[in-house]
Amino acid sequence: MKADHFLLGETAWCPGCGNFPIREALAGALAELDLPPEQVLICSGIGQAAKMPHYIKANGFNGLHGRALPPALGAKIANKSLKVIVSSGDGDSYGEGGNHFIHNVRRNPNLAHFIHDNQVYGLTKGQASPTSDPGMVTGVQVNGVINPALNPLALALVLGSGFVARCFSGEKEHLKETMKAAINFEGYALVDILQPCVSFNKYNTYKWYKDRVYFPEVSDPTDWSAAMDLARQWGDQIPLGIFYNAPRPTFEDSLEVLSGEPLAKRPFEPNDVAGVQNEFL
Amino acid sequence: MEVNILVGGAAGQGMDTVMNLLGKSLVREGYGLIYTKDYMSRVRGGHNFSTLRIAGGTPWTTVHSVDIMVALNEETYKLHHHKLAPSGRVIYDPEVFTLPEEEDRGVAIELKKLAEEAGGKVMANTVAVGTLLVLLGMESNTVEELLEETFKEKEGMAGKNVNALKAGMAAAEKFCSACFPLPPKNEDSQKLFIDGNQVLGMAALGSGCRFLSAYPMTPSTGVMNYLAEKSKDYPVVVEQAEDEIAAINMALGASYSGVRSLTCTSGGGFALMVEGLSLAGMIETPLVIILAMRPGPATGLPTRTEQGDLEFSIHGGHGEFPRAVLAATSHEDAFYRLNKAFELADRYQVPVIFLSDQNFADTHRSVEPFDFSRLGYNRHLVEEGGYEKPYKRYRLTESGISPRAIPGQFPGETVLVDSDEHDQNGNIIESAEERNQMSAKRMRKLKALAEEMDEPDLYGDPRPETLLIGWGSTYGVLRETIDALSASGLKVAMLHFSDIWPLPQKRLRSLLPEVRLSCCVENNATGQLASLIRRETGLTVDKRINKNDGRPFMPDEIIKEVEKYHES
Repeated sequence: MKADHFLLGETAWCPGCGNFPIREALAGALAELDLPPEQVLICSGIGQAAKMPHYIKANGFNGLHGRALPPALGAKIANKSLKVIVSSGDGDSYGEGGNHFIHNVRRNPNLAHFIHDNQVYGLTKGQASPTSDPGMVTGVQVNGVINPALNPLALALVLGSGFVARCFSGEKEHLKETMKAAINFEGYALVDILQPCVSFNKYNTYKWYKDRVYFPEVSDPTDWSAAMDLARQWGDQIPLGIFYNAPRPTFEDSLEVLSGEPLAKRPFEPNDVAGVQNEFL
Repeated sequence: MEVNILVGGAAGQGMDTVMNLLGKSLVREGYGLIYTKDYMSRVRGGHNFSTLRIAGGTPWTTVHSVDIMVALNEETYKLHHHKLAPSGRVIYDPEVFTLPEEEDRGVAIELKKLAEEAGGKVMANTVAVGTLLVLLGMESNTVEELLEETFKEKEGMAGKNVNALKAGMAAAEKFCSACFPLPPKNEDSQKLFIDGNQVLGMAALGSGCRFLSAYPMTPSTGVMNYLAEKSKDYPVVVEQAEDEIAAINMALGASYSGVRSLTCTSGGGFALMVEGLSLAGMIETPLVIILAMRPGPATGLPTRTEQGDLEFSIHGGHGEFPRAVLAATSHEDAFYRLNKAFELADRYQVPVIFLSDQNFADTHRSVEPFDFSRLGYNRHLVEEGGYEKPYKRYRLTESGISPRAIPGQFPGETVLVDSDEHDQNGNIIESAEERNQMSAKRMRKLKALAEEMDEPDLYGDPRPETLLIGWGSTYGVLRETIDALSASGLKVAMLHFSDIWPLPQKRLRSLLPEVRLSCCVENNATGQLASLIRRETGLTVDKRINKNDGRPFMPDEIIKEVEKYHES
């Protein structure tokens, strides 16, 4: 299958937006993994990144702001044969959806979470996001951001995520390969993707990232402490790569009722369960 | 002929043990009963009590008066002795407290001591059951049978409990034996002893519900507990969500992906869900929400009852979209009605809110076994060859219902849903023309949906002069009220709603203008159904009888109000 097969629609993104290479990498990953579009589900919330389901040929659940993960989990439970991908922004995933992020890392469902992390709110025109660096001045944070930035990779590691990676939209080939690894990973896989917002983030520009990113050697991807060290690097040097890759039992595997046919494909006849009322006799 | 039993004590003293053991035994033996709970929002201490009423047929409601009181502490006696019949009895443990000297109805049983002698003081409640059996003139074999079943996996426990039971019986003999004659047994089939939440959980299972996501919230949690227990043996997943927002969005994801899905909550949780409710309306994804009401605002009275969320359930959620609101009235009806909720949700691709409340959820009754063959499992998914290609999730149709496919159903076809306004394919649009088309398509579903609503149940005089109107869990108390008022010579009937929204209007329009006095009886402060009737039909209900202290109505309270209006 070719990547073009998965590209569709006219996008609403600004020229030069970091979302374009992310979309191309995702289409490439799906094509190279040879996944039929009807077997893929992309869930998103609201934001520029969250428009992805409209621009990739696959099933799509473009839900509410911050709520990309819960329907993804529900869909996976109903039909575990679907490849479920969550593709949404930093505000959506870490701000409005922070609680779902925390608890789905703990659950460890088999889904890949791609976060388009541009460190700013694009759709609402330039307010700080949870990952904005301190000091960033915006129309709302008029004296500069005063809170420390949320570190999603460190948080995911602390919560027990089995797959933690950081990519940069300017390193498309690396991004595509990381996406493939995340989609194939058994369990919750977090890929935090740094991307410039050409319209509203005047700090973290393409050049800003380009000058800082590097690929460290990850000799043992099951070394949690080493992964944590990489996750905590930020500033003049920003490491990219799969920092941690150590599967643990997935949410679906832990539910005996899900073994066998996907729930959505099992037949049902009300009379077959009538015996359930005998316990009340 | 009837017997009313009240068991009271502090939270944690095990009133439920007594009632469940006694209640189930009575039902097995063929007696009709109802058992309700009044409890505080705490795990230990405070004052909780349960009431059990045994009467011919199956009683519809509990009443104020008490024949036998089991007072596990002194507070129970102090709070309830005024309700005790002159011929009543109080079972109490003289080691725990003593009755006032003038009280001659005492049945002093050393509950703790006898339990310890039988094998452990936790069995004090079993001793009390033994004493109750004697007062009711019952044999012990059914209770023994139940104890064997309950403790079959706990070596020796059944035997010890039987000893405790026998000790309670022996100690009671000297007080009064069979001094509370029971009403005649029901001759027909074996009945279930079941509470409202269990009825709903079982109806969900029988409706093919495969997924429940919820955040525990009294009084809805029993539905979660029921289905979670069943998930050991049946293909249903129960997931405790991190919050109610996650709960409704998970359920929508699962429904979109192809299984019948459910969430349950109470008012505060529903408040968190309403954005998701609106999403269900927009993406036209079937969903059933059980809203077990309790008194608000905010945390309110967490373990008590109210019908305060009717308007909230009809109007909750931003924007305009079709929905249905149904309510649990009796156990008998609610089983089939929750199935109807699932059927409507699938047929019309809408959210359906099923209103319950603490009064319904926590009340046990003896009811006929349910007929599972009456339950529907019609998913209304498109079949191969049954849709126009390429597949479009929101294809415009005359009925407003678009052919629904699920992800992965057909090779090469994908299913896209979007919370933004969308075109037929599900893609974001902003054009006025497409917006109008899509909004009109959704709203068209309301017409046929309204036709599905059952007219309210009419009970009593077919040509009433006085009409009582109600909805939901007041069904039982209103029935007994009608029986009592009819017996006193009034031409009275009740009109009771199970399907509330879209409001069925035929019976209202024919009856309301004809009666001399109409009263809307509601467990809320303002009379929300009365207001809804006025808004939808232009007809005015004469009087509103309201109660919102967190306790269910008793027949005498309604009778008093109706008589007052008659006098004036």
